Amino acid sequence: MSTFKATSDMTRKQKPIVNESDGETSDRNTADKAFEVRVALREVKDPEIPTLSLEDLGMVYDIIVDHQTVHVQLLPTFVGCPAQEFIRNQVLKRLDEIDGVNHADVTFVMDVPWTSERITETGRAKLEEFGIAPPPARFAPDYKPQCPYCEAHNSDVVSLFGPTACRAVYYCKNCKQPFEGMKFV
Amino acid sequence: MRDSTEVSVASDGKVAPDYKHALTALLLQMGDDELIFGHRCSEWLGLAPDLEEDIAFSSMAQDEIGHASLFYSIAESLSGTSADRYAFSRGKNSRLNAMMLETKNGDWADTIVRSYLYNAFEQVRLKECLKSNFVSLQQAAAKILREERYHLLHMETWFEKLARSQGEARQRLLRALQDIWPNISDLFDLGVHADSLVRHGIISNTSLGIYSQWESIVRPVFAKAAIDWPGKPVQFSQSGRVGQHTSAMDEILLTMTEVLSLDAQAVW
Repeated sequence: MSTFKATSDMTRKQKPIVNESDGETSDRNTADKAFEVRVALREVKDPEIPTLSLEDLGMVYDIIVDHQTVHVQLLPTFVGCPAQEFIRNQVLKRLDEIDGVNHADVTFVMDVPWTSERITETGRAKLEEFGIAPPPARFAPDYKPQCPYCEAHNSDVVSLFGPTACRAVYYCKNCKQPFEGMKFV
Repeated sequence: MRDSTEVSVASDGKVAPDYKHALTALLLQMGDDELIFGHRCSEWLGLAPDLEEDIAFSSMAQDEIGHASLFYSIAESLSGTSADRYAFSRGKNSRLNAMMLETKNGDWADTIVRSYLYNAFEQVRLKECLKSNFVSLQQAAAKILREERYHLLHMETWFEKLARSQGEARQRLLRALQDIWPNISDLFDLGVHADSLVRHGIISNTSLGIYSQWESIVRPVFAKAAIDWPGKPVQFSQSGRVGQHTSAMDEILLTMTEVLSLDAQAVW
């Protein structure tokens, strides 16, 4: 069985950690398979922000390969996020396309909190590109993010509650454009 | 006081019956509070004073029902009763939410007063659960607190905004406070297993300790808003924590179980 944890920065090279040894060849196979799963998960996007993958959001907690079976553990951003079942199905669909995976399951891990710090550098850049300001580094309700459109530092908080649980709404006084920002969670 | 033997009882998965009963009851109190409060929040959709509040209350409803589902799932792992059954298939008298949460929304002032007082209480209760010796409860509290601080902040902001405004808004807030205050005592009640909960270290403070902490959060906000402290809430003769509820609870359960009673096999 091989398992490796998601790091906070997915641009770093992944190094699978092999826990148990049931023969060197088999270890390499499971490690390769885990890596293949991780790469495949880069294609599974957040249904609300389609340019961001689950990995960019730091939602992939663990991938455990046990012979032909793959267990994917995900961290939901918010406990009550209604996209969970949709995401589960997307992941299962993608894993179904991988050779040598006969069975897969997806569990949502609740014992470790997802935090906005888990969003990778790539993820933060993609958020901005999409028009969503990346989250601040701490709980700061008065935080006024830089406008992702005109880059001015001249915004107001409109509402701490936005179109999804993880986003707040701001208004840029420079370009007169409302925009969204990820909350610190 | 923590008892080290109880800690090991909780962590190795074998749970003594008394511990389990008390723990399950606490999880249901927490889950029921969130489910009922979340349901009432959802009723503002389309009716709130502005679009932002429509969205805020819908977001909070979604968060709270998610939290309820997490508490019920932990209870399910202890008792085998499914989370869905906990949410939808229990009669009025086995529901353990505080009575003030089932009351109809009333006007905006009623809603803000109720929501602020409850959210402040919830912060205290969740923080006490961070010190629980039952690891799943501790972890759930840590995750949920990260979301709940936005709710508390939102309600506190509204409470102050209404209190500081002149004329009708402040008058309505004061009237709502007068109506709600006599009915909040069971929020702090830990129910029939109160002693066990504290003795076993499932929750790290007594009902009285939780109340004191709540007062230390709420009282300064009242002072800032120039509202006289109404005094310690008088112990009400009934308590939702032992399954006593008002007729508002019948109405809420009827609405919540409408689909289930039409078609027991219905799925989303």
